[in-house]
Amino acid sequence: MPALKKLIALAVVGVAVSAMPALAADRKAAQSQVEFGIDAAKNGLWREATYRWERAVELDSTYAAAYNNLAIAYEQAGQLEKAKQAYQKAAELDPKNTYIKQNIDLFKEINDRASHQNSR
Amino acid sequence: MRATRILASAALAALAGGCLTFVEVPVETPIKPKLDASPFSRVYVAGFLSGGSEDVDTNLETVRLLRSQLKNKGGMRIIEADVLPLMDAAKPASEGAPAAAPPPAGGAPKDPAAGAIRDEKDLPPYEKIFENKDYWKKVGDEYQGPLIVTGSVFFVPHQRSGYVQKEQEVYDSFGRRSVVPVRTYQDRKGFILKPKFVFIDGRTGETLYSETFREEILYNAEQSTPALSSYFELMDRLLPSFLSTLSSQTIKGSRFLLK
Repeated sequence: MPALKKLIALAVVGVAVSAMPALAADRKAAQSQVEFGIDAAKNGLWREATYRWERAVELDSTYAAAYNNLAIAYEQAGQLEKAKQAYQKAAELDPKNTYIKQNIDLFKEINDRASHQNSR
Repeated sequence: MRATRILASAALAALAGGCLTFVEVPVETPIKPKLDASPFSRVYVAGFLSGGSEDVDTNLETVRLLRSQLKNKGGMRIIEADVLPLMDAAKPASEGAPAAAPPPAGGAPKDPAAGAIRDEKDLPPYEKIFENKDYWKKVGDEYQGPLIVTGSVFFVPHQRSGYVQKEQEVYDSFGRRSVVPVRTYQDRKGFILKPKFVFIDGRTGETLYSETFREEILYNAEQSTPALSSYFELMDRLLPSFLSTLSSQTIKGSRFLLK
């Protein structure tokens, strides 16, 4: 029985180790999408930027910066509910990031204003 | 010394070369209008119940102001018809005939019932006019079913005394000047503006949306400010919110993109 447990543990470790290069590759691919998106956004091409950051979070769902950027793109498009969800995800993944916190604070002001308008 | 320079320039080069983890970008967030005005080709700012101070004809002034704002900033087609003497039409049943038929276009320039609303509590019986679908449908029929903007405007003098914080210049023993906050008791007077905007479908007479605002302004009691100036100052504060009911707004700001 202990031998079986050892075997299972070994198998789990093996899978994890073999998956690591794949994860690293995903992050790298996601990073390049994020950077491409930033360049697009800097040139005012927000739809292209949105597409790139959506690709980035598909490639790496643990990439806080990609979610943060995606939230900003949704804000720019007036999709406040989607922006809120993306910010929440970014904050969840990187709760100590002051830039994300600052973006969320600024977003909240707008979101509160919009929801206040809709509730009246 | 040389090593320090190399290090510093290397650090700068690294920063410039993309080691920065954030980029600040300007963003413009569009906020949707509160009401979909697309089914209406024209807007009729009909008239308002007016209450409070008699120094300002709030019915006439509000109609004029909103018409020009909707035309210039809202980009809407406005019906430039006579202002409805709404107070007369809205008189509670006990005071006069029930509000059934709208007054003929080309209505009286001075509202005969003006001055009847002295207190905010007097308003609700008059505000029942907004629920009178038949009345508004008849008004709408005259202008081919526009979006009707109406409501009430309560504008009243107000006075409040209390401590206010002011900045005062002080000089120390060396003659150095500094400014310190000082709390002083002051008599202040001003105005309260409480408008309610009601948006009615001129095709059915149904209320689509309504919104109430409250703004107040206080001046030093010695300062003499005309009521009309205060009225416009207070209306200025809430006009963006009024306009956002019918047209979309853009809020400008900046955010940090991260790598």
